[in-house]
Amino acid sequence: MSNDPKTQDIYAAIDKAVNNPNLTGALGRFSEAYVVSRAKVYEGVDFEGLRKAIGTARQYVADHLEEVAETFKKNAEARGAKVFIARSAKEAKDYITNLALEKGVKSIVKSKSMASEEIHLNEHLAKHGITAEETDLGEWIIQLAGQKPSHMVMPAIHLTKEEVSDIFSKEVHERLTSDIPRLVKVARKELREKFFRAEMGISGANIAIAETGSILLVTNEGNARLVTTLPKIHVVLVGMEKLVQSYMDAAPILHALPRSATSQLLTSYVSLITGPTKTEDGTMKELHIVLMDNKRSEMARDPKFKQAFNCIRCASCLNVCPVYRLVGGHVFGYVYTGGIGTILTAWFNELKTSQDIQGLCIQCGKCKEICPGGIDIPGLILEIRHRLTANQGLPFIQKAALKVINNRPVFHAMLRAAYLGQKMFEKEGYIRHLPMFLSPLAEYRSLPTIAKESFREVFKKIKQPKGRVKAAFFAGCATEFVFPKVGEAIVKILNKAGIEVIFPEGQTCCGIPHWGSGAFDMAAMSAEQNLKALLDNDVQYIVTGCASCATALKKEWAHILKDQGKSSLAADAEKLAAKTYIFSELVKKMIDEKRLTPKDTKKIMSFTYHDSCHAKRHCGVYKEPREVLQSVGYELKEMFECDTCCGMGGSYTVKQPTLSMRMLQRKLKNIEDTGADVVGVECPGCLIQIGGGLDKAKSKIKAKHIAELLVDKFE
Amino acid sequence: MFESFKTRAEAVSAEVHRFPTKTEALNFILELMKKEGVADTPSKYAVWADCPFLKNLDTKELSTKVPGLKFQFDRSIAKEALIGVTQMDYGIASTGSLVGDQTAIEQRLASSLTFINIALVATSNILADIPALMTKMHPNHAGFIAFITGPSRTADIERVLTIGVHGPERLVIVAVDELGGMN
Repeated sequence: MSNDPKTQDIYAAIDKAVNNPNLTGALGRFSEAYVVSRAKVYEGVDFEGLRKAIGTARQYVADHLEEVAETFKKNAEARGAKVFIARSAKEAKDYITNLALEKGVKSIVKSKSMASEEIHLNEHLAKHGITAEETDLGEWIIQLAGQKPSHMVMPAIHLTKEEVSDIFSKEVHERLTSDIPRLVKVARKELREKFFRAEMGISGANIAIAETGSILLVTNEGNARLVTTLPKIHVVLVGMEKLVQSYMDAAPILHALPRSATSQLLTSYVSLITGPTKTEDGTMKELHIVLMDNKRSEMARDPKFKQAFNCIRCASCLNVCPVYRLVGGHVFGYVYTGGIGTILTAWFNELKTSQDIQGLCIQCGKCKEICPGGIDIPGLILEIRHRLTANQGLPFIQKAALKVINNRPVFHAMLRAAYLGQKMFEKEGYIRHLPMFLSPLAEYRSLPTIAKESFREVFKKIKQPKGRVKAAFFAGCATEFVFPKVGEAIVKILNKAGIEVIFPEGQTCCGIPHWGSGAFDMAAMSAEQNLKALLDNDVQYIVTGCASCATALKKEWAHILKDQGKSSLAADAEKLAAKTYIFSELVKKMIDEKRLTPKDTKKIMSFTYHDSCHAKRHCGVYKEPREVLQSVGYELKEMFECDTCCGMGGSYTVKQPTLSMRMLQRKLKNIEDTGADVVGVECPGCLIQIGGGLDKAKSKIKAKHIAELLVDKFE
Repeated sequence: MFESFKTRAEAVSAEVHRFPTKTEALNFILELMKKEGVADTPSKYAVWADCPFLKNLDTKELSTKVPGLKFQFDRSIAKEALIGVTQMDYGIASTGSLVGDQTAIEQRLASSLTFINIALVATSNILADIPALMTKMHPNHAGFIAFITGPSRTADIERVLTIGVHGPERLVIVAVDELGGMN
C-alpha cells in the first residue's frame, strides 16, 4: 500500500501474525471468553458511576500534577521512603542503576512493571553487570524467550505450552513435558532461589496515593509480596499517571481493575505499602520510589490527551478489539499495545512512532464502550491521526480522493466514467475479480458496481405527495452512487407514512471519510456545505439510511465545527442534529404513532441483524431496526457478536485489506451459523462488505438494507 | 455476612471453616498439621507468626504436641515450612478476602513462602466491602497492609488457571466466633 520501508514492516508483521494459528487461536478464544466473564463480574455494579469516580480522581491529578506529586513525595518521605521524581527515562534509569552500583547489588528480582519496560531498564542494568530477573510467570517466559510482552496483563498469551516447555527446558537443562501445573512448579522452584539471592527488588505500582505516600500493588501470583519483602532494598518505579490524591480515591480503581483486567472480584494479593518496614535483623529496609514523568506532565497539559490519565492499565481495550485479536501485541512494535497502547506510544515515544500503528484502528468504538476510565480511545487515536496529518500532510492520492468526494459534480463525473469502465468485470451487480494489484480487494469479497443512474436522478422520477409533514433525505455517497435502490425504498416508505420527501441538491459527502483520515479541516468544510443545503429547507425531519452519515449529522458536525474554529455554525449543527433520524428510528416512530401500519404479522422469513459500529455505538440505535423488522413479520435469529465490526471501516478496507478480510470472514461465519434467510444492515458500507462477502462465498443468505426488507410491507 | 464471605472465598478456591471457640479452632489447626505431615525436618516445618490468638496459649506445649511447629522463625526456616499460620484483622464479604496488618515481616514470611497458609480471623470482623475496610484500616497506622483472596494463582500459560505459583497452594481460613463475638 506504500513504499515506505517502515510501513512495509508493519504489513509484513500483520501478515505474519494473522497466519500464526497459535496466536490467532489463543487470542480469538480469549476475546470470546473475556466478554462473558467480564459481564458476569460486573453484574450489579454501577459501571457508569465507577467510571465517573475514576475519571474524577485521575483528572484531578492531571490538573494538579506537580502539586500531587510533591504531596506524594512529602508524605512518603515522612514515612521514611526516598522519592525521586525522574523527568526522563534516562534520569529514572540512572537513578536505579547508580543506587544498585552504590549498594553493590549484583542481582535484582522484579515484579511486573510496564514502566520499567517502557524505559528498557533491564537492558540498561545488564550493561552495568547487574542481572534483573523477571518473576511474574508471563514476564519471565518472555524474558527467557528474548521477546516483548504481547499483552499488558498476559504478556505470554501468544505462546503455547509446548513453546513454554521448550523455553523452560533450556533454562533448567532438563527435558520437560508441556504439563502446565508442572511447568508452573518448575518456575516456582527456579525463581524461589532467585528471590532469596537478590539484594534488590524492583516493583511497579498500580496506584500511588499522595495523601498517605503509599503504593498499591495488585497481583495474583504472589511474586510482588516476595519482591517487596525478601531483598533489603525495594525500588518502586511508577509513572506519575498512577497517582491519586486521597486514600479513598484508590477504592474505585481497586474495584474496577481486577474486574476489567482478569474478570476477578479481587486479585489474590493486594499490597498497600507505606514507608519501609523492618527486616528480620531489626534494621529498616530501604524503600526508594522513582516517580517517573517521561512526558506524562506534557500529556497532562494537553487538553485532549489528559484524559489518558484515566487509564488504569487493565487492557480491556485490547481484549475487545477486533483488530488486536487478529494480530496480537507484537505488531504494535513497542511496549504498550492495543488501543491505549497506541496512544501511550505516541506520547512516551514520539508522535511519529505511532504513524503505522494508529492505522490499525478501525474506529469501531468497542473499546470506548468498556473502558473503566471512560477514555475515548478511538477519538484520541483519531486525534493522533489528525496531528500526524497536520504535521506531515496526507499522502497525495488520499488527499486528492478526499477532495473529489467533497465535490459532487466532479465525483459524479468520475463515477460515471467508472461505471462504464467496470462493465468488463461486472456480473449481476457485483465485481468478483479484479486484475493484478487490485485483486486482493476482491479475494474474499465481490465489489459492488457503480449504479447506472445515481439516486438524485432516480429521485426526480418518484412523485412526491404534498403533505404537512416534510422530511429532507440525506443520501450519502454509497446510497447515491452504489445503492440508489435503497434510497428509493426509503422514500417510498416515508411516502406511505404521508411524508413528503425532498432531496436537497446541494448535499455532498457527510465528511466521515475526511474525519476518519484525520483531515479535520476538510470534514468541517463538508459539514458547512451540507448544513447550508439541509437547513435551507423547512422540514420536520432529516433522514438518512446510512449509519455513518447519521453519526456525522447527529454527533460529529457540531463537534468538528467547534474544533475547527467555526463555533458560529455549531448551533446550526445542533439544531440539525436534533431533527436527524436514522431511517429505522423514524420508521419505529411512525409505527408507534400509527402513521405506518404493517400489512400483516404472519411470519415472512427469518433474519439476522448486523449492528453497524456507527449505528450501535455512535447513535445508540440497535433496538429499533430489530423491532421494526419483527413488527412486519420477520423472525429474528440473533447472531454471535452481532455488533462486532464487519471490517469495512470506509477506507480501512483499502488501507488494511488483510485485517479487513479477516474481520469479514469471522462475520460471515457468524451470519452463516444463524441459518437465517437474510441479514439486515443499515449502513451501506457494511452492505458492501457483507453483501460482497456473501456473494463471493456463494452463500444462500443475502445481505439487505433494512429499507429493502421493509419496502412493500406497509399498508 | 459470614455466609456471603464464605461463598465468595470458596469461589476462589479458599477453604473456609468456622468454630465457636478458640479451643476447637486450635484443635482443628493441630490436626491439620499432623494430617499434612508436619515434622521437625526441612520442608516439613510449620511456622506460626505471633498473633492475638496465641495470647494465653503455651506455645512450648504446642511445639511438643506437633514437632516441627515453630513460633520463632526467620526466612530460612519459613522457606522450609509446609504450613504457615497467621491471624488476619478483617474479612471482606463482597470479595471473600482477608486483610491484615503485615508490617511485621514474620506475617509475610508465614503467609507467602509456605504451601499452606492457615489464616485465622474473628468472625465478627467480616466487613461488607472494600470501602468499609478502608474506614477501618489506614496506611497511616500500618506500613504493609495485605489483602489475600484465595491461594496464589496464574493463568499466564495458555490462560489455564493454575493454583500455587509463588505463594501458597492452599488458603485455609479459620473463622473463630470467640475471637470477636457473633456475626
